[in-house]
Amino acid sequence: MTYTDRQQKRAEIRAMFKSNVRRRLWVDKIVVGTVIVCALMAIIPLIWILGTAVYSGVPALNWEFLTGKPGAVGAGQISIGPAIQGTVIIIALTSLIGLPIGIMGGIYLSEYGGNSRFAKQIRFFMDVFMQVPSIVLGIFAFLAIVLTLGYYTVWAGAIALSFIMFPIVARSTEEALRMVPWTYREAGAALGLSKMVITLRIVLSQAKKGILTGVLLSISRVGGETAPLIMTILGSNIFFSGFSSSTDALPLRIWRLSLQPYDEARIAGWGAALTLVIIIFAIHLGVRYFFLRDKSGKGLRGVLRG
Amino acid sequence: MLSRHSFVTFLSVLCSPHYFTGILGIIQVFYIDNIEEYVLCNLFMYSTYFSHSQFTIMVKQWFKRDEKEKKSLLSDKIFKFAAAAAGAYVLAIILIIVLQLGIESMPIWEEEGIGFITGTDWNPVPGRESFGAFPYILGTLITSAIALAIGFPLSIGIAMLVMIIPKRIGQPLGYLVELIEAVPSVVFGLWGLFVFRIYFRDLVEKPLHDMFGDSIFLFGGTPFGLDVITASIILAIMIIPTISSISREVMMAVPQQQREAAYMLGSTTFEMFRMAIFPYSKTGLLGASMLGLGRAVGETMAITMLIGNTTGLRAIPQSLFDSSQTMPSIIANEFIEASPVSLHPAALVGIGLILLAVGLSINVAAHFLVARMVKVNEGPIH
Repeated sequence: MTYTDRQQKRAEIRAMFKSNVRRRLWVDKIVVGTVIVCALMAIIPLIWILGTAVYSGVPALNWEFLTGKPGAVGAGQISIGPAIQGTVIIIALTSLIGLPIGIMGGIYLSEYGGNSRFAKQIRFFMDVFMQVPSIVLGIFAFLAIVLTLGYYTVWAGAIALSFIMFPIVARSTEEALRMVPWTYREAGAALGLSKMVITLRIVLSQAKKGILTGVLLSISRVGGETAPLIMTILGSNIFFSGFSSSTDALPLRIWRLSLQPYDEARIAGWGAALTLVIIIFAIHLGVRYFFLRDKSGKGLRGVLRG
Repeated sequence: MLSRHSFVTFLSVLCSPHYFTGILGIIQVFYIDNIEEYVLCNLFMYSTYFSHSQFTIMVKQWFKRDEKEKKSLLSDKIFKFAAAAAGAYVLAIILIIVLQLGIESMPIWEEEGIGFITGTDWNPVPGRESFGAFPYILGTLITSAIALAIGFPLSIGIAMLVMIIPKRIGQPLGYLVELIEAVPSVVFGLWGLFVFRIYFRDLVEKPLHDMFGDSIFLFGGTPFGLDVITASIILAIMIIPTISSISREVMMAVPQQQREAAYMLGSTTFEMFRMAIFPYSKTGLLGASMLGLGRAVGETMAITMLIGNTTGLRAIPQSLFDSSQTMPSIIANEFIEASPVSLHPAALVGIGLILLAVGLSINVAAHFLVARMVKVNEGPIH
């Protein structure tokens, strides 16, 4: 093989290599571009929804709309006062049922269960139960409570929602308790404290930020839930009138308003949606700001970085 | 003369350790008819029973223990018991829900048999009642499948993007995607109903229908906006956060050495994903997509507002632009109005039972798949 032959061969290989690398880099660029488009296609609807909620909802918002007594829809006398009140009541009752069970369950999983078979099963079923279609929980609450009592009650809704709440709280409590160093428990035991006192006084107080995070996120999840409320609290046009009658809730009111053919109902629906979104996002961003913030970042940057 | 509760009483008489209990039990079997006397008698009976049982003796001995020791230990045990009970609560609840739905939907299974799953009729008019859940099962599967087909690639793309761009941009991006999950389903429905549906109908559906309406059956239906494809697209957006966050976790679980090895061989970023990450994490990605599917199957409000809510044979969509109905949406639409004396509520509860079975099985499978991935993570490499 002569020198020129070898030169030629080398040039060929180099050309092949170059074209190969060029092609691969192009493929890479195309993939990265596609991936960026993917992210945009997910973010754009979010911004679009929030933008529409603000744009269409702000004209509806005023003091009368938020707190007043509702009148005829056609006359434009729509108010979501009862809905806001009902949502607050139902979240309070749901927390009353769901939080103790959830936190105690989390304590069991972290402090007592460990890696035992029973605890593993509970963990598994909690994860599965978290994803159960929520309308099925509504049917259950209807059959078990509304049919038994004979009237729609806010308790039925609260119980249905507590089924959504307690697995979330339990799992996040477990995570939070596991973050507490084991030496703290040993120090408590060395002082002669019983396990209950160690858990309640030392471990829980160390993990309260994490627990509160889980609790608030579960509240924001429960607050937006509609399906189980349809058949348990039914919705009503008046303010809360006792535990043995139907109650209203914000998501339910949004749905009912969307079914009505009036333009006023549509605007009021967006007003109610904006209120709900503001409440839920306030919880989310508040949790982010107060508990999950990256200490190095300041202001909004720290919030987003988390 | 025998009272209704005599069987229970008979059992307790058999077990009674004390003659007085036995006498009361005999009195109860023969002379008691009304519920008040029954309760009173039983109170006496069980109090005597317990005062002589092994359990009572244990409790009495317990109270004789050293005061301080007893206090701390008893409270400790009660606390542990309460915690374990709160943990076991979830098992009890799942069992009770399945049983309750099963019992309440019994009439429809007796009436229709297996035909309830395969039938297509839906007629709640008294006298001509006929119920078949097949169109709604089909509608659920179709909308979820389309949503997954759209949402899964997007989610994987987002997870990849978050992994390859600098943390400074990636974390806020991941958080924004997670915020999609925080938007209530009913707000998605409202947006779909009043905004997205209009644009999508005018800009996408109508041109597609005009161009391919005659040749491709998928675009055959008349574009109206309240149809399978609109609902599926909204659904796809809603399941993106679930799938992308879990698939990101799964892909992060691939050992760093694998990625470095791929880079060392001179691969580009995409080739690194193809060579090192996807083969390693495909089980977990499948699990993530199934979790998204589980979310899609149970989604109610947005679908109810967008799918058009037809019943019976018309709920089986012939094209992407036809109205349909899913299992959650028919429950949401008809459960309140169903007449309690007819079979209608039982039929809806039966659909709820099918939905529960589908949702539970999808989630159980998904968790096993994801758990296998995590097991890999705990392996000897680390």
